[in-house]
Amino acid sequence: MAPMKLYGWAVSPWMARVLVCLEEAGAEYELVPMSRSGGDHRQPEHLARNPFGEIPVLEDGDLTLYQSRAIARHILRKYKPELLRSDNLQESAMVDVWVDVDAHQLEPIIRPVVFNVIIKPFTGSDCDQDLVDESIEKLKKTLEVYEARLSTSKYLAGDFVSLADLTHFSFMRYFMATQYAEVVEAYPHVKAWWEALLARPSVKKVMAGMPPDFGFGSGNIP
Amino acid sequence: MAPAVKVYGWAMSPFVARALLCLEEAGVEYELVAMNPEAGDHLRPDFLAKNPFAQVPVLEDGDLTLFESRAIARHVLRKHKPELLAGDGSPEAAAMVAVWLEVEAHQHHAPTDAIIVQCIVVPLRGGVRDQAVVDENVAKLRKVLEVYEARLSASMYLAGDSLTLADLSHFPMMHYFMETEYAALVEELPHVKAWWEELNARPAARRVTAIGVQAADRWAQERGKQ
Repeated sequence: MAPMKLYGWAVSPWMARVLVCLEEAGAEYELVPMSRSGGDHRQPEHLARNPFGEIPVLEDGDLTLYQSRAIARHILRKYKPELLRSDNLQESAMVDVWVDVDAHQLEPIIRPVVFNVIIKPFTGSDCDQDLVDESIEKLKKTLEVYEARLSTSKYLAGDFVSLADLTHFSFMRYFMATQYAEVVEAYPHVKAWWEALLARPSVKKVMAGMPPDFGFGSGNIP
Repeated sequence: MAPAVKVYGWAMSPFVARALLCLEEAGVEYELVAMNPEAGDHLRPDFLAKNPFAQVPVLEDGDLTLFESRAIARHVLRKHKPELLAGDGSPEAAAMVAVWLEVEAHQHHAPTDAIIVQCIVVPLRGGVRDQAVVDENVAKLRKVLEVYEARLSASMYLAGDSLTLADLSHFPMMHYFMETEYAALVEELPHVKAWWEELNARPAARRVTAIGVQAADRWAQERGKQ
C-alpha cells in the first residue's frame, strides 16, 4: 500500500501539527515539499487537491484531505485512536473541548505575536507593537485558565496525553522562540506540560524541521 | 424530573444555537438556562466555574461540563445520534465530516461573522456599519462559497451523500447571514441555495429558530420598557 503523502512546507505550524501526529502514529508517509514563496499553493495542480489553496494536504489512497486538525484526526483515528479516546464518551468530549480551546482561544492570540515578532522583520514590515502588547495581556488571562486546568489534570483532556495536547505544539514552538516565552514560563504547570511535550520523540523530530526563524535567516525561505 | 442535560447561554447566540440544534436533531430532552449577556451573567463566578473562558454555550450532561460549541455538538451527536457524525460509517466519511467541520470553523465563520456584525449587530447597538469591512468580507465569502458550490455540485451534502454535523454546523451563522442584504451571495449559487433551503426547512432548525425569535422578542420588550 502506497505511503501517505503530505504536501506543504515543514516550517508551517499547520504542517507541523500534522507531522507530529504522523510521527506519533508511526505511520509511513512521504513529505512532498512545496514552495510558499514560489506560490505552489496557488497553482491549478494544488487547487485540484485543496480548492482553498492552502497546506497541508494529505493524500491517503483515494482520500485527499485538508485542514490540519481534520487531517490530524484522520491519522490518529486510523493509527493511534487512543490519542482521540473515541471509545470513551467523557474522555473524547474533553479531547474535543481542548482541541477547540487551542483553535479558538489560544492560537488567535499567539499567532499575531509570532507573525509580528518573527516574520515581519524578515519581510520588511513593521511590527505592530500595540497588537503584540494587547495579545500578551490576553495571553496571560488565557494562561491562567490553562494553569488552573493543568494543576488538577496531568494533560489537558485528563490524565492521558491526547490530540488536545499535541495540537498545541506547533504554534507554541514559535511563540516560545520569542522574548515572550517568559510569559508562559511564569506558569509552573503550563511550563512543565510544555517541557513534557518537548521531550516526546515525535515532537523532537518535527521540531528539527522548524528553525525558529522559519528558515528566513538561513536563506531557506519557505 | 428535570432533564439531565442543561445548556447555559442566550438563545440569540449562534454558538448556543449550534448546541441546541444538535440536541433538537438528536431528540434529547434538555433545559435551556437563559443567561443575560448585558447583565454580565457570563462573568459571574458561578458561571466561570463552568467555563473559565466566560463564553456560552456550556453544556452539562450528568457529570460532564463542556464548552466550545463544536465540541458540544460532537458530544451530543456521538452520544445520541452518531450517524450524524459518521455518515455511512466508513473512515472516508468520518474524515470528510472532519474536513468540512474545520472548513466551517476556519473558512466560512470569520467572513460570515464580520458581515453579520456590521449589518445586524452594529446597527442594533445604534452604530454605523463599516462598509469597507463588509466589502472585504463579502469578497472573501464569495470565494469560499464558490468552493461550496463546486462541492455541492458533486456531492449531495458537504461530507458525502448523507447529512452530517458538517452541514448542520453551518446553520446558526447562515441563518443570521441570510437576513442581511448579502443573502444574494447564497441565492446566486444554485446548489448552495438548495442546500441552505433544505437545512433551514428541517424541523429541528425551525424549532431552534423559534427559540431564538422568542428570545429576541423578549429582549426587545425588555429594551422597550427601559
